[in-house]
Amino acid sequence: MGNSRASKHILRWIAIVYVAFLVAWPVGLVFWNTFGDGLEPVIETFTDPLVIKSLRLTAVATFWSVLLNTLFGVTMSILLVRYRFPGKKLLNALVDLPLSVSPIVVGLSIVLVYSTTGGVFGVPLSQAGIQVLFSTPAIVLATTFVALPLIIREVVPVLHEVGTEQEQAARSLGANSWQTFWRITIPSIKWGLTYGIVLCLARSIGEFGAVKVVSGNLIGQTQTATLMVEQLYFDFDQEKAFAIASLLALISIITIIVVGLLRSRAEVKDPK
Amino acid sequence: MTDSLETSTPGPDRTPRFRPRAVRSRPRSTLTKSSGLALGIAVLWFSILVLIPLAVVVGTALAGGFGPFLSTLTNAQTFAAILLTLGEAALVTVVNVVIGTIIAWVLVRDKFPGKRLLEIIIDVPFALPTIVAGLVLLGLYGPRSPIGIDVANTRAAVFLAFAFVTLPFVVRAVQPVLEELDPEVEQAARSLGASGRQTLTRVVLPALAPAIAAGAALSFARAVSEYGSLVLISGNLALRTEVTSVRILTYIEGGQGAQAAAVATVILIVALLVIVALDVLQRRIARRG
Repeated sequence: MGNSRASKHILRWIAIVYVAFLVAWPVGLVFWNTFGDGLEPVIETFTDPLVIKSLRLTAVATFWSVLLNTLFGVTMSILLVRYRFPGKKLLNALVDLPLSVSPIVVGLSIVLVYSTTGGVFGVPLSQAGIQVLFSTPAIVLATTFVALPLIIREVVPVLHEVGTEQEQAARSLGANSWQTFWRITIPSIKWGLTYGIVLCLARSIGEFGAVKVVSGNLIGQTQTATLMVEQLYFDFDQEKAFAIASLLALISIITIIVVGLLRSRAEVKDPK
Repeated sequence: MTDSLETSTPGPDRTPRFRPRAVRSRPRSTLTKSSGLALGIAVLWFSILVLIPLAVVVGTALAGGFGPFLSTLTNAQTFAAILLTLGEAALVTVVNVVIGTIIAWVLVRDKFPGKRLLEIIIDVPFALPTIVAGLVLLGLYGPRSPIGIDVANTRAAVFLAFAFVTLPFVVRAVQPVLEELDPEVEQAARSLGASGRQTLTRVVLPALAPAIAAGAALSFARAVSEYGSLVLISGNLALRTEVTSVRILTYIEGGQGAQAAAVATVILIVALLVIVALDVLQRRIARRG
């Protein structure tokens, strides 16, 4: 690798060619396939009531996942960084668990627990008249599960870094813990939290496997946008599949750019 | 007052590994009434959402005893799926170790127009929904390929999908470490007479090894559990391109919860073992370095 210019060029081109063939060209091709025949199929896709319904369901699941994970994530991060309690190390390791579990296994676990025949939660809930599986609550649970660690992973390092000086100062000046939380802690983790929320948002919109298992894939009822892409593709309605895929790809590319901007913003603010 | 707030420690560790003196004199718990309540609610929610469902998967797998568990795994189709998944995941991880380190090196040490674009593209597989990833790959490597390469429904398609979704792991693990690594150290090695190869194998790679191992572990774990990107491109052919996730799904759809749970448990254990093993390896290397 050293200093020789030739080896530098070889490595550069290996990197560029690999990434171009694996990612850039294929992703570009999806946009090309979508807009290749003009805008008409795209407009037709996004006025289709079934497509609109699936997008709405994705929005609902994403909303709940982001809300629940933000509340849980901020609380858990503060507890893990600022307090000591027995079992903390174990909890710290366990909150990362959803990242290493297959989406299909996530789906399976929810199906087993909420099954109306023999599920630990499913049986009492069905006696109370609440249906979880194959409907929106199961999709929300699956989406929330897979995105759970993302906010914690972003907020914890920031909390470590900012330290406790400001919080202690606020306390010693008479602020109660609620005031300290809103006026000191939240502003200091603002960028890390935003970054985590953006990641959580992208993951929730894109979830496929876990949602597929728990949703039952009932057309027009429990189909999210990603499930719609699969179904349209297998129904040989490729134009629509490509149109929705382009929308989802666009959202994820915007996510990456936003996260990149936030990151550089945090870095600029950092060295005071 | 100061005791209720733990002193902060920088670095990736969330808990201080080493607390200087007098651990006994400090209380085991610094929870107040309200933070204790918050912890209770958070742990309850986490248990309902994650821990209990996962425990039920393992419980269901073992409920019938060891016999049925083993017979599920030795079923020819299931066994083939497990072998294929582990083999392809290992292969992709090796490729990622090499190419991911190269890409990280290029991103840190090289300068050329379009580097920022490369940075953005590297993260695309992280953010792209997996079903879209499958569709994307099918465009260039499917039956309608503009370059005449059609790998759809073959084992190469499984490799391709794994390589796509795991691309960023090693790159993003190695990059920050390489940024910290002062180029002057390499220059010093060179000026002391080390060859380019010696500098690489004696100076650069040992420093990067823990990061590479961490990236490799994540990449392997991700590949083993992959599903969405394979649905459209691998064809899910029994004994040939069917991976474990698809096998689990087939069992679920057939109402065979115990069998699904058995395969799921194996995958859970393998993923955890790899992560723990590489974590141990990483620490050992870090200590030696």
